[in-house]
Amino acid sequence: MAGYFKNILSGSWSLIVGLSITQKEFFKKPVTLQYPWESLEMSPRFRGHIQLVKDAESGTHRCICCGMCEKGCPSGCITVKGEKQEGVKGKVLVGYDLDFTKCSLCGQCIENCKPAAIEFSKEYNLASTRKEDFHYDLLKRLKEQK
Amino acid sequence: MDLGINVVEMVIYLVGIIAFAAGNAAYLVWVERKGAAHIQRRTGPKEVGPFGLLQPLADGAKLMSKQIIFPDGVDKPLFMLAPLLAMVPAIMIFVTIPFSETLVARDINIGLLMIFAFASVNILALLIGGWASRNKYAVISAARAVSQNVAYEIPMLVITITIVLITGSMNLREIVASQAGPFWHWNILPTNGNFLGPITFIMFFICSLAETNRAPFDLGEAESELIAGFHTEYSSMGFGLFFMGEYANIVIGAALTTILFLGGWYSPFPETIPYLGTAGAWWFLVKMYLLIWTVVLIRWTYPRVTLWSLLNLSWKILIPFSLLNLLASAGLVKFLG
Repeated sequence: MAGYFKNILSGSWSLIVGLSITQKEFFKKPVTLQYPWESLEMSPRFRGHIQLVKDAESGTHRCICCGMCEKGCPSGCITVKGEKQEGVKGKVLVGYDLDFTKCSLCGQCIENCKPAAIEFSKEYNLASTRKEDFHYDLLKRLKEQK
Repeated sequence: MDLGINVVEMVIYLVGIIAFAAGNAAYLVWVERKGAAHIQRRTGPKEVGPFGLLQPLADGAKLMSKQIIFPDGVDKPLFMLAPLLAMVPAIMIFVTIPFSETLVARDINIGLLMIFAFASVNILALLIGGWASRNKYAVISAARAVSQNVAYEIPMLVITITIVLITGSMNLREIVASQAGPFWHWNILPTNGNFLGPITFIMFFICSLAETNRAPFDLGEAESELIAGFHTEYSSMGFGLFFMGEYANIVIGAALTTILFLGGWYSPFPETIPYLGTAGAWWFLVKMYLLIWTVVLIRWTYPRVTLWSLLNLSWKILIPFSLLNLLASAGLVKFLG
């Protein structure tokens, strides 16, 4: 019989504690973000698809067309197109294609890149119904960034 | 005979009551969604209108434009009757609820009795809706709702009898009038002469939650087990009426608690804060909406009880306590009052 009353009292108290907790939470600021209007800053180590680094001095990419990224890529999703041009030392980059449908974001290309010409982008708003949309021309992308 | 005036008066009251019930149902959904969201640290509806205030209108327009679906094998007349039975008694009950000394549609001597008579029709809507749907979940839900309402009607009525014993009236206006004055004259407090007031109030509040099938006693709906319970098969305004009926019942429960325990339209501090008025409909509404907020808070705090503990609470705790309470109050009225 003592247990019966004790149960009622301790139970009622726990209910009051519960109510006070939810009432306190009610006055706190929401922690959710209204996504299309607000979004989180991506962390520095976030891996989006790769992109060409824009060099602050020259205002363009640093690629020397050595092709190490292409050779190192385990999925074979990078195609570097370079050509010799009159009066320019070394090869000139004319196309950098990334097939993101195959990329596993391992980062081998970035490890291999001697002039540090490529980096992970912070792009995550990717959605499409056609896989062709994930074949990126990174050189064009770099030019559009300007 | 002043039949003409009476008809006009009746139409005004009818329109007013329906508008009050429907407006409350619509905006309590908004309060519920906003409240739930902020309790869970979200923002809730905010796109439709400022603070999402037009959301209920958008929801209403959506519900009304949808098709009413009759699944194969439903008992069509009963299926259509059930949502009406959920809403009509709720509107009928508002007829006797006094919002202030003068603001009441019909001042009936046995108003309390009438309210409980109509409130017990509500369970019929759940039963008929669940039965007519030809759906396993709906039938299980209807059976649960009936056993729940049978169990909780007993302590609720016993507690009401206690209040009737103390105030000596079944007229809601007189029950409030007997609590006139500052807050220590209210039935909730032991200072009113009945030291069992707080216990009576808590028991009545629990019973009103269970009677309105409100969380944590929403076993009839129990969406995690029974999809939507008795209104699983309802779409469009059939569902809308069930929903409005539920919120109208919450308003009625809160209004009744205000009348029976919280001094109705009387100000808690008539002398210390006289400029707020000693009495008035707005005091009634403040008390009522505070109670409704508690109901919302309770829904988003407690998990749903099991059927076993639901019935246990009623038969093992509320019924014995309410009977003892009735006995003790009768003794107090007899020997002290």
